[in-house]
Amino acid sequence: MNTNTIENVSRRKFLRGMFSTGALVLGVHFFPEALWAAVRKPLFGPDVKDTTFNPNLFVGINRDGTITIVAHRSEMGTGIRTSLPRVLADELDADWTRVKLQQGIGDARYGSQNTDGSHSIREFFDVMREMGGAARLMLVRAAAQRWKVSPDECETRNSMVIHTASGRKLSYGELASAAAKLPVPQKQELQFKPSARWRYIGKSAPMYDLAGVCTGKPLYGLDTNLDGMVYASVEHPPVLGGQVKSYDDAEARRVKGVLRTIQIPTFKPPYAFQALGGVAVVADNTWAALKGRQKLKVEWDNGPNASYNSGEYRKMLQDTARKPGKVVRNEGDVDAVFAKGGKIIEAEYYTPHLAHAPMEPPNAVADYRDGKVTIWAPTQNPQAAQDAVAGALGIKKENVICHVTLLGGAFGRKSMQDYIVEAALLSKEVGKPVKVTWRREDDIKFDYYHSVAAMYMKAALDDSGKPTAWLQRSVFPSLMTTFDANTMYGAPLELGMGWNDIPYSIPNLRVENGPAKAHVRIGWLRSVANIYHAYAVQSFSDELAHVAQRDPVEYLLDLIGPPRIIDLKSIGYWNYNGNAEQYPIDTSRLRKVVEMAAEQAGWGKRKFGKGSGLGIAAHRSFLTYVATVVEVEVSDKGEVKIPRVDTVVDAGLVVNPEVVRNQFEGAAVFGTSVTRTGEITATNGAIDQSNFHNYPVARMNDAPYYTKVTLVESTAPPAGVGEPGVPPFVPAMCNAIFAATGKRIRELPLSKHSLSA
Amino acid sequence: MIRLKVNGVERSFEGDADMPLLWYLRDHLGLTGTKFGCGEALCGSCTVHQNGQAVRSCALPMSALNGAEIVTIEGLSKNGTHPVQKAWIAMNVPQCGYCQAGQIMQAAALLKRTPSPTDEEIERAMAGNICRCGTYQRIRAAIKAAARESA
Repeated sequence: MNTNTIENVSRRKFLRGMFSTGALVLGVHFFPEALWAAVRKPLFGPDVKDTTFNPNLFVGINRDGTITIVAHRSEMGTGIRTSLPRVLADELDADWTRVKLQQGIGDARYGSQNTDGSHSIREFFDVMREMGGAARLMLVRAAAQRWKVSPDECETRNSMVIHTASGRKLSYGELASAAAKLPVPQKQELQFKPSARWRYIGKSAPMYDLAGVCTGKPLYGLDTNLDGMVYASVEHPPVLGGQVKSYDDAEARRVKGVLRTIQIPTFKPPYAFQALGGVAVVADNTWAALKGRQKLKVEWDNGPNASYNSGEYRKMLQDTARKPGKVVRNEGDVDAVFAKGGKIIEAEYYTPHLAHAPMEPPNAVADYRDGKVTIWAPTQNPQAAQDAVAGALGIKKENVICHVTLLGGAFGRKSMQDYIVEAALLSKEVGKPVKVTWRREDDIKFDYYHSVAAMYMKAALDDSGKPTAWLQRSVFPSLMTTFDANTMYGAPLELGMGWNDIPYSIPNLRVENGPAKAHVRIGWLRSVANIYHAYAVQSFSDELAHVAQRDPVEYLLDLIGPPRIIDLKSIGYWNYNGNAEQYPIDTSRLRKVVEMAAEQAGWGKRKFGKGSGLGIAAHRSFLTYVATVVEVEVSDKGEVKIPRVDTVVDAGLVVNPEVVRNQFEGAAVFGTSVTRTGEITATNGAIDQSNFHNYPVARMNDAPYYTKVTLVESTAPPAGVGEPGVPPFVPAMCNAIFAATGKRIRELPLSKHSLSA
Repeated sequence: MIRLKVNGVERSFEGDADMPLLWYLRDHLGLTGTKFGCGEALCGSCTVHQNGQAVRSCALPMSALNGAEIVTIEGLSKNGTHPVQKAWIAMNVPQCGYCQAGQIMQAAALLKRTPSPTDEEIERAMAGNICRCGTYQRIRAAIKAAARESA
């Protein structure tokens, strides 16, 4: 076997990971035997290693013509497990019906596996093509050798190499053994298919696991079942950082099926992805563990966060937002314009903490033996799971094998690895495989919450109603407090989510951020800081349009200004780690989605009666441009229905359009939950909500009746699709409510407001 | 001892009679297609059929099931050929898919009772089943497609 490398692609800026700086080493031919030997029971498919021909980590071809492709990113509903392998399959000219997917375990050699930040396609599109293209070239060369012709005389189609002149054909399966003896080509030898010949890229395809999902196959983390496995559930300290003072487990242990209880120490700050601590009940089935927990008597020392009350905290955030903060972008002189007086408009917006609430609560199975641990978990980031578990157990990362199951929703929650650490700690203690199951109550009460935020907005309008000065200030506890409790200001990535990148054409513009301390765990939630930032910017834009007595769509286009590229290098704008040349802030693309969404929704052409109306919002996030028009109907009683949503998306090149439409339909529902009812509050440090009765999420009757998603045809490089749909939806819905009722929603959620006539 | 039928197979249970059906299915029988979502009959992920009716298995104790006939997603059809499953596949309903076994069981029970449901009937029947990914409009469309196919 040859061990030529393709290349170390980590040097290419295009491929930089969102939060990682780890190098990609794609040329490694095989996993070491030791690593594979430790893999006891792969959940998905055969191993690439076991195939006849496997030129790289991502693909293997068998003599029988089956092709195994590694899906190394986590599937939580975005379709990535299907879409990225289809990029490889396209460049390989593989017969997709013969492709089997194998889910990659956590392994740094795949490059980043951190499936968040909507960057899987853009980060790995080229890599997948190289992997497929290298394999295809080797198969072509093997066939050419057999036929004693030049490889240039051969073409490939649907897992066949064809000698064009003679019409001779050999299948990939027939060529696998011969191809395996050839050197892996260098990258510069690869010739990629022109886009006109793509068969899978840009064409809709069902998700690989569709039939399995619809027939109840064991695909998810919670479905993992190992011989000799025991079941655990953990009573956590009710307040972040609290400690077990003492506990009495006598009654818990009397519950039939309960085996024992185990105390888990509280983390040492910063909490990062460590276990929260508490008392675990271990039993021979899940129900006994849950019942045992109810019988536990634990006395807690709640610690310093016991003084946290979200109501008071909110006032503090709002006070801070009214005072000058740290300037993160400054053009012209807003103070000079404000000092002149004239028409000055101010508004404040507030959004509470949110919980992720994926339908599959956090859970993990760990099997510790002889200093090594094997994990099966629904995780967005198996390499981070390896790190977190290795740190907690004091073992080396390579002694942590992390299998990735399907994720029953994640939305960022499963980027945080605390629940996996619990399973590993408990398995080591018990000496058996342990499945940890979080109840819904644990999920809601012990989340890494989407940040609460207060925004202050101020603008001066000229006689035509156009802003001459614009000041915006946001205050929120940073998600970086997860790693450093002393963090007081938003991180560049948070401020670069719809705040310092505001794409407006206003001569005097200042963007600020104020300080805030965190008292709960803060985490990434689908769309992250874009949610509150877009809510404030797009609501305020609509407010100003109404003050100016202008049409909101025309006004929004005026705010965006003429088609141009906005260069924010001078303020260190992060641009989602996308190269500014490949992924500039291009206002022509933002204008276009606004115009198309308005057109599609019949903006200005439809007449609305009392209690009905349209609202619009537009936002660029994760390098994708989205405009959304929401139509609402508000009854006299104040009940809100959403008959229709029109969303137009420019995400550059789209690999799987059907899956992308699904993402944006779903984003409208996720945004509905944020807008209608999303609110996490705390009393004396403990979270007040616990389950779907007091943390409601949108049900069918709450959700938009129909969401029409239009994808802009684009040859721009691929951008994100999982997250960018949520941020514009929220203000568009609030703007629609204003159009329908005259009531301006400056604070979320809607459930706190009366909309009755 | 509690005797019941699960997917046509006679079963007996001598464990904790308080145990909800969900955990009996998942932990004892290894039928993990039925999902745990909330434990309080609030989300519908655990929906199965009891004597043809859609019920929430997470809040249904074994003590109430003597003589019951239970059908889970694994027993709804051979090879996913129930009209609801076929419609789900044709319409690409699932995203993460975790709630979909419950959605499918709920929809199958609805169509048995109401072969051609209106929008209102669909909403009323499905309002107890949460999909956090937000696949509701495809669920509605798939139910209508399944209704057409069964008609």
